Amino acid sequence: MNGPELNAAAEPEIILRAEHLYKNYDIGRKDRQVHAVSDVSLSIYKGETLALVGESGCGKSTLGRTLIHMLPASSGSVFYHDMDIAAMSEKEFRPYRRKMQMIFQDPYASLDPRMTVRDIIAEPLETYRICESREETTKRVLMLMDAVGIPGEFLNRYPHQFSGGQRQRIGIARAIALRPELIICDEPVSALDVSVQSQVLNLLKDIQQAFELTYLFIGHDLSVINFVADRVCVMFLGCICEVAKKDALYKKPLHPYSEFLLDAIPIADPHRRNRKRKVITGEIPSPVDLPKGCCFCTRCPYATDKCRNERPELKDMGDGRQVACHYPLT
Amino acid sequence: MSSLKRSQDPKLDDELKLQIGERDGIRDKLRKMCRDNHLAALSAIVICLFIAMAILAPVIAPYGEAEQDLINRLQGPSAAHILGTDELGRDVFTRMLYGSRISIAIGILPSLISLIIGVIAGLTAGYFGGAVDYVIMRVADVMLSIPSLLLAMVVMYTLGSSTVNLFVALSMTGWSSVARVVRSQTLSIKQSEYIEAARSIGVGKWRIMIRHILPNCIPSLIVLFTLNVPSAILSESSLSFLGIGIKLPASSWGLIVNQGRQFLFTQPWLCMAPCVAIMIVVLAFNFLGDGLRDVMDPYMQR
Repeated sequence: MNGPELNAAAEPEIILRAEHLYKNYDIGRKDRQVHAVSDVSLSIYKGETLALVGESGCGKSTLGRTLIHMLPASSGSVFYHDMDIAAMSEKEFRPYRRKMQMIFQDPYASLDPRMTVRDIIAEPLETYRICESREETTKRVLMLMDAVGIPGEFLNRYPHQFSGGQRQRIGIARAIALRPELIICDEPVSALDVSVQSQVLNLLKDIQQAFELTYLFIGHDLSVINFVADRVCVMFLGCICEVAKKDALYKKPLHPYSEFLLDAIPIADPHRRNRKRKVITGEIPSPVDLPKGCCFCTRCPYATDKCRNERPELKDMGDGRQVACHYPLT
Repeated sequence: MSSLKRSQDPKLDDELKLQIGERDGIRDKLRKMCRDNHLAALSAIVICLFIAMAILAPVIAPYGEAEQDLINRLQGPSAAHILGTDELGRDVFTRMLYGSRISIAIGILPSLISLIIGVIAGLTAGYFGGAVDYVIMRVADVMLSIPSLLLAMVVMYTLGSSTVNLFVALSMTGWSSVARVVRSQTLSIKQSEYIEAARSIGVGKWRIMIRHILPNCIPSLIVLFTLNVPSAILSESSLSFLGIGIKLPASSWGLIVNQGRQFLFTQPWLCMAPCVAIMIVVLAFNFLGDGLRDVMDPYMQR
C-alpha cells in the first residue's frame, strides 16, 4: 500500500476533490426533493483506497456516481486535478471519462449477456480508438485477461459461462482497460461468496499496485473495508459523519454513528455472545425532510438541542481526521 | 503476482490462437443451425424454393398468366393442368406461380420495412423518453387505434391502387406494434447495469442503442417478423378481394382464394392450392425464425 502516509513528507497529491456537493432527486411535487447527497466535501489522494461506508440508502453509490459525472450534481463542484468537472457537459467531460472508471456490484448484471468476453473488454478500447487494428485490440484484451487471471482461451466465451468471481474479474479488466487513474468500486464483492471475495479483493490490491490506481471503495461490510482501505469515510443520510485513517477509526471512532457502526461488527467468539452491544434506537429521518440540525440527531443518544437545531460542520481533528459532530467522542 | 509480470509482453502466439479457436461468424452460426435443427434447415430450403419459383415463374409456367381456355373451365387436376383450371379456364398452377411473386414479396418486404421503422421509432422513444417518447408513441397509438385494413384501404384510395402503393399501405400499418414491443424492451434493458457500465466507459448513446439494446431485442423481433409475414399476405388478399389490391388479370394467392371461394363446394381444389401454399410459407418462416433465434442466443452455446 502506498497510501498517503508513505509520502507524508510531501503533501499527497489530490486526484479528486468534491466541494459542497449536493444531489437531489425530484419526486412528483416541485417543492419536495429527496436529498441523496447533501453538502459533501471530500478529497481523494493519489494512490490511496478511500472507503465509503454507511447503511443502505445513505447515498454512498449516488455520491460515487456523482463524483465521476455519471449523475449530474445538483450543486457544488468536483475538481479533478483543479478542473471543475461537475459543471461540464457530457461532451466536455469525455476526455476525462477514461480517467475514471467503475466496477459494479452485480457481476451478473454488469456484463452484456450477448457479448463475448473479448467484446466486453475491448469495448472501452474501441470506444476511444486506442488500438490500430482488431488484432492489436485482441492482444490488449488478452493482456488484460492475463492481468486479472482469466485464461486467454476463454476469449470467445459468453458471460453466462463464467462464475460470479470470474465475471467480476472480467468487469475489473474492463475497468482497467483504459488505464484510468481512479476507479469507483461500487460494492465489488458484496454479491460474491466469502471465499471468492478475498480472491477478488487481493486482485484489486495487486492491480492497484501494478497500474498505480486510486480507489474509491464503496461498501458496507466493515471487515472488507478493514482489509482494503487506507482511509474511511463514514456516511449517514447523505452527509459525511467522519473521515479518518482506517486504523485510527477502527481504534477509536469519534462520531457516535461510526461508533455504532463499528460496534455492529459481529465477533466470531461464542464466549462474547452476550457482550453488551450498543443498540441504535430511533428512526432514520426521511431523506425528503432532513432534520434542521445534525442528520443523526434523531438516533444519537448524546444529542442536545444544539444538535437538533444547528448542523455540525466537518471539523478538522488533526492527523487528517475530520468529524461532523458538535460533541465528538473522546 | 506472476501473471502481472507476464502481462508486460503481450503476444498472440499461434498455440493460443488454436486454443481460442475462431469466433463464430454468421456463417458458422447458420451452419450450426442447419446441422442441429433439421426443421429450420428444411424451412430455409422451402423458402428458397418458393423464392426461386417466383423469380423463374415465366420459365416454369406451362401457360400464360391470363391465358383463357373457356372450353376447359373449372376442371379438376389433370396431366395438362396440374392444379386444374378456374372459371375462365386459366391454369391455376400458372396463376399460383405468378401470384407467388406478389404474395411472397408482400409477405416479406412490408414486414421488413415496418420492422425497420418500428425498431428505429421504438429505440428512440424508449431510450430518450420524455417528449420524444410521447410524440412517437402517440402517433403509434393513433395508428393502432385505426383497424389496419381500414387504414390500408384509405391509403390505397388516396394514393391509387397499384402494387407499390399496396406495399406502402401495408408497411404503414405494421410498424406501430413493432415500435411498442421495442420500446418496452428498451425501457427495461436501459435500466440494466451493463448499460450503465457502457455509459461509464463513455460509449455514445447511438452505439449503446445499436450494440447493446438492439441485440437484446432480437428474439422478440424475430417472433414479430414471423407473425407479420402471414398477416401481410392475408391483408393483401383481403384488399384484393375488396377490389383495391391486385387487379385481375394479374394474380396473387389471396386473389386466387377469393376467386375459388364461389366454387368451394363444387371445385374445392381452386381454394386449396393457394391456401396450402400460404400455410407452407408461413410455417417455414416460423420454423426458420425459431431456429435463428436459437443460434443467436448465447445461452445455447456449447
